[in-house]
Amino acid sequence: MEHYVNLAVKAVFVENMALAFFLGMCSFLAVSRQVKTALGLGVAVIFVLTITVPMNNVIHTRLLQPGALDWLHPGLAEQDLTFLGFLTYIGTIAAMVQIVEMTLDRFMPKLYAALGIFLPLIAVNCAILGASLFMVERSYTLAESTVFGFGSGVGWALAIVALAGIRERLRYSNPPAGLRGLGLTFILVGLMAIGFMAFAGVQL
Amino acid sequence: MAAQTKTREALVDPIFNNNPITLQVLGICSALAVTTRMDTALVMSAAVIGVMMSSNFFVSALREHIPTNIRIIVQLTIIASLVIVVDQILKAYLFEISQQLSVFVGLIITNCIIMGRAEAYAMQNPPAMSLIDGIGNGLGYGAILMGTAFLRELLGFGTLFGAQLLPLASEGGWYSPNGLMVLSPGAFFIIGFFIWALRAWKPEQNESE
Repeated sequence: MEHYVNLAVKAVFVENMALAFFLGMCSFLAVSRQVKTALGLGVAVIFVLTITVPMNNVIHTRLLQPGALDWLHPGLAEQDLTFLGFLTYIGTIAAMVQIVEMTLDRFMPKLYAALGIFLPLIAVNCAILGASLFMVERSYTLAESTVFGFGSGVGWALAIVALAGIRERLRYSNPPAGLRGLGLTFILVGLMAIGFMAFAGVQL
Repeated sequence: MAAQTKTREALVDPIFNNNPITLQVLGICSALAVTTRMDTALVMSAAVIGVMMSSNFFVSALREHIPTNIRIIVQLTIIASLVIVVDQILKAYLFEISQQLSVFVGLIITNCIIMGRAEAYAMQNPPAMSLIDGIGNGLGYGAILMGTAFLRELLGFGTLFGAQLLPLASEGGWYSPNGLMVLSPGAFFIIGFFIWALRAWKPEQNESE
């Protein structure tokens, strides 16, 4: 149990997807103008990450890695399909996003309306694919990858909501013309990353 | 003559006037993580240019045959297949650098520049022009990447491409490396200042808020 809590804390704070690995930066900068929309996107990312990372884990261990096809036929045990990884992971993610979208539309129309256009956008959010690739690289088990997916989603959501909060206040400031908007946001994210570095080495 | 100017524009415009990173805000995800050293940044830029020109070419060649409502999946499949090719080439010939780039080669798939150009340019223009647009945007991306990597490696380690230029204080020289540059905040600051410098030079890129 302790191991999982530790993993989650690490994914949320120490190895924050957005601030330590620069993943999902495009939407991180584009959708952080208002706290409300940032929160919507954050929730959607948590949702999709918690589903896709374990799914890709099953695909990796049961279909792609060397010896994974043993359950199908012993003769296939030698097959190494890892080179198909990128294609299958992104396919899974795109398909999952589509399914989640349709399910929400059918059964939870309120949540669907709240998430709006953010759901389809998520298929091309690097944080989602990045989490799956990290999961493969660090060879997590199924339980670990669920915790890792959820934790990285929470970390990303936390970072974007915090950034949106700061940017809302920033509207009243008066920076040099060339820094307005994107430039200042970059420097702001740099300062936030320094803040998050204070968590480095935190262990439970 | 007119056709020539148009080609030149598609190639050169994205480098300063319509840079994918500083103006279109695309592809920042991977731009920051691979810039601690010049050699990884160079390989990454080359990989992105290669993927982007071929993906633009193929998407444009197929644009009449792609049904609009599943075009995102089709584009993703084309890009993912190209990235697999690049990844295999890197693993075969530049194994050490491909280890350092780790997951970021795979993340070229979701690099918004490539999707963005496929969607915004290749879907409307003929293959040859799309190819050139891909190279131009790749160069614009590479320029920012190399500039950031230059500053980060020089100030963070005192080296360029691994060769010691500034002798380190710990080895009897005079330069104490700036640790901030190696860490993630350093990259954000440098890109922020790049944008400031570029916009001070070309004020028409300023945002009105």
